[in-house]
Amino acid sequence: MRTVMTWRGDALLALLGFVALAAVALGLGAPSVLDFAIRFAIFGLMAMSLNLLIGTTGLVSFGHAAFFGAGAYTFGLLMQSGGWSIPMAILAAIVFSALLALVIGALCVRLSEIYFAFLTLAFQMLLHSLVISWVSLTGGDQGLMGGIPKPPFLGIDLGDARHLALFSAFCLLASVVALRQVVRSPFGAALRMLRDNPERAAFLGLSIFRYRLAAFVIAGTFAGLAGVLMSLYVSGAFPTFLYWTTSGEAIFMIMLGGITVFLGPLAGAAIFLLLNDWITNITEHHGLVLGSILLVLVLGLRKGLLDFAVDAWRERQGRRA
Amino acid sequence: MRGGRLELQGLRRSFGGVVATDNVSLDFPAGTLSAIIGPNGAGKTTLFHLISGRIRPDAGRVLLDGEDITGLERQEIVRRGIGRAFQVANLFPSFTVSESLAAAILTHEGRTASLFRAFPPADVATRAAEVMELCGLSALAGVQARHLSHGDQKLLDIALALALDPKVLLLDEPTAGMGPEERWRMIERVHRLWEARRMTLVFIEHDMDIVFRIAETVRVLRYGAVLAQGTPEEVRRNPAVIEAYLGAEHALEGTAP
Repeated sequence: MRTVMTWRGDALLALLGFVALAAVALGLGAPSVLDFAIRFAIFGLMAMSLNLLIGTTGLVSFGHAAFFGAGAYTFGLLMQSGGWSIPMAILAAIVFSALLALVIGALCVRLSEIYFAFLTLAFQMLLHSLVISWVSLTGGDQGLMGGIPKPPFLGIDLGDARHLALFSAFCLLASVVALRQVVRSPFGAALRMLRDNPERAAFLGLSIFRYRLAAFVIAGTFAGLAGVLMSLYVSGAFPTFLYWTTSGEAIFMIMLGGITVFLGPLAGAAIFLLLNDWITNITEHHGLVLGSILLVLVLGLRKGLLDFAVDAWRERQGRRA
Repeated sequence: MRGGRLELQGLRRSFGGVVATDNVSLDFPAGTLSAIIGPNGAGKTTLFHLISGRIRPDAGRVLLDGEDITGLERQEIVRRGIGRAFQVANLFPSFTVSESLAAAILTHEGRTASLFRAFPPADVATRAAEVMELCGLSALAGVQARHLSHGDQKLLDIALALALDPKVLLLDEPTAGMGPEERWRMIERVHRLWEARRMTLVFIEHDMDIVFRIAETVRVLRYGAVLAQGTPEEVRRNPAVIEAYLGAEHALEGTAP
């Protein structure tokens, strides 16, 4: 009973958030606001999914963009091939990302820490090379050109920026509700045990391999959905989606926002995108400036912003009590 | 679950040229409280490793209620009913005390695959609360393991093993690293746990006062072999033990704290 209540509580909150967002987005309708909302949904989802591995399971993957790219390319190719409706193509892209995560995960999750990080990175770069060299299918380094057809479904026209913004926000919120349930289920507790003390968890009878692999697949699946949204947003798919910098940005967002607070990665994504936009406007050396700011934030606080805020708040509560 | 009988038959294990366990045969009847003592390097912890399946013996057998459990996987040995607490508390630092116990119970019962319930399920939370009550950890239910004192961490480590309702509970130096007063509190706690659950309890201990106060029987190891065994009184008067380990004052003056 309690489970149902809390789960519904989250869904209700998400629904309220969605309605508020919709009112703002449709009311203002300014292209820049819609544009930001879509990118926030894409990268927020990417960072949230990666944090299931990093924050919850203690697996630092450097190759998460592999599934982002897989989702984007699968969706783009299916839509360009014609004959697929958007919901079916999304479903297929997600399933493909999940299968890819199953295969890559099965080979990676047995390795510990640094070897795991490097092997995930290696698989991602392998896929990147594959996409670059398979020109006839993927367009090589030009990416999927010629746009992606977006036939309306259920009265939703994703060619319209307002519709796409709301659709992205819906995907993000639904995924966040789902991920939250994952984190606080018995399964999520098992993942946290693996993060804290895999040896003791195994001693109690937990299969390290199976649970890490399951987390890897779930994270890869949601990253695939983020990739689909990206493909809709840019009306194409490009090799940079699979490049290590994309994984790196997601890690940056998590570090910025905080790994121990559930919504930390979302805050991180928002800050990262805002900083990025702002800096791109004022200087052409935006990588240098952005990097310096991130360095100062991360080294200065030694944790993400939400981690910092929550710890500070708890400390104040503690002193008052 | 009531206690189970633990039998060791001719256990032998060497590392390189060093014989860590030398033909050890011991019998721990169901529901007894026994201590294992011996100088550093006598092979006490190795013996626990052999029983709990962390390392495999070169020869010999481990029997639980007459069933051979030698060479089984560690998890399987835990599932059969041999619980173990560690010399250095081995915990889940970010879990609160109650979460730790609930997680241990869920894992032990293979119920962690559920995605659609909340953690911890109500029935498991209730059982975790019982174990906390038994171990005197109730007041610390909401404290993360990493913020517990050293003594409470050791207590939680024991509670984690106890939560699985073992037939045999192995405690590797439950009072290691504690001050004198804390030691006594801990050992009284352990004694009460044993009285409440009547599992077969075997503990390794350095402090002779503690051993002679609560143990029903004492086994003395030296150079990996059994040097002596019996009631605390018998062991205390055993000349070989006095010579090897205890020193004359224990034998002569008794052990009142």
